[in-house]
Amino acid sequence: MKAKIIVTPKKAVVDPQGKTIQNALEHMGYRGVKAVHVGKYLEVELDGGDKESARKSLDEACHKFLSNPVIEDYKLEIAD
Amino acid sequence: MNFAVLQFPASNCDQDSVHAARVLGHSSRLVWHKETSLGDADAVVIPGGFSYGDYLRTGAIARFSPVMQAVRNFADNGGLVLGLCNGFQILCEAGMLPGALIRNRDLQFHCEHVLLKTNSFETPFTNAIPRDKVLKIPIAHGEGCYFADEATLETLKANRRILWQYCDVQGNLTDAANPNGSLLNIAGISNERGNVAGLMPHPERACESILGSDDGQWIFKSIATVLSNRTR
Repeated sequence: MKAKIIVTPKKAVVDPQGKTIQNALEHMGYRGVKAVHVGKYLEVELDGGDKESARKSLDEACHKFLSNPVIEDYKLEIAD
Repeated sequence: MNFAVLQFPASNCDQDSVHAARVLGHSSRLVWHKETSLGDADAVVIPGGFSYGDYLRTGAIARFSPVMQAVRNFADNGGLVLGLCNGFQILCEAGMLPGALIRNRDLQFHCEHVLLKTNSFETPFTNAIPRDKVLKIPIAHGEGCYFADEATLETLKANRRILWQYCDVQGNLTDAANPNGSLLNIAGISNERGNVAGLMPHPERACESILGSDDGQWIFKSIATVLSNRTR
């Protein structure tokens, strides 16, 4: 089983990396780029078992540790 | 007074903090992050550095070190805890201070002296700072931009918990004086009870004039003043 977690900065948080990359894309000639947000991707490989209880534990881990709820949102997906 | 200075893997201002306390006439010792007791510490300093390589997020892993439970108990019992730079980041991650520190708005690492305005002189960390004195203290960080939501910022303002703000030489809170984009030019704050504080600048690097400023001593003297009043 593999958990895929995407952590992104909250909309209210200034994202200077995202802005810098957006500027760079525009300079390179890519048009129509409205915004860029830079986040983090984590893959957690799990032993087999109950998918639902894995999701519950990982969701807790995401909230308590893998993301900082003050400044980040996360999306958790469990794949087989 | 006895200062306990925590030491995590990749802390790098721990020795400076120990030295600063000793230069000011106090005793200090390092406490390794795996210890579960702070011994006879009168105050705790969480030093600067890049604990755990800043992996995941700055301070995110250090906050779970065994010693942090002892620090939490110490603070719950009214003990004084001062987080410096990475120490401030660790306290925010641990939820002992509100908000978070994020990447500097210009994406640059800033290593320079800044000027700080002190807002409240009734705290254990500021009571000895001369009124109207703008403190000159160095910063060295890439992730020192203080962020908190509107409600938190209002609470900090209303309860005078914003202890230090970046300012110009006249004490004005200008954008030019803000090295990292911190909201409200916030350089340091305290918790609700007032016994835990964190700031991004390094007062431990400003306790001897040969280093360019000795204004950092006022923060340590404030702590010592409160502690000596308590033991009377």
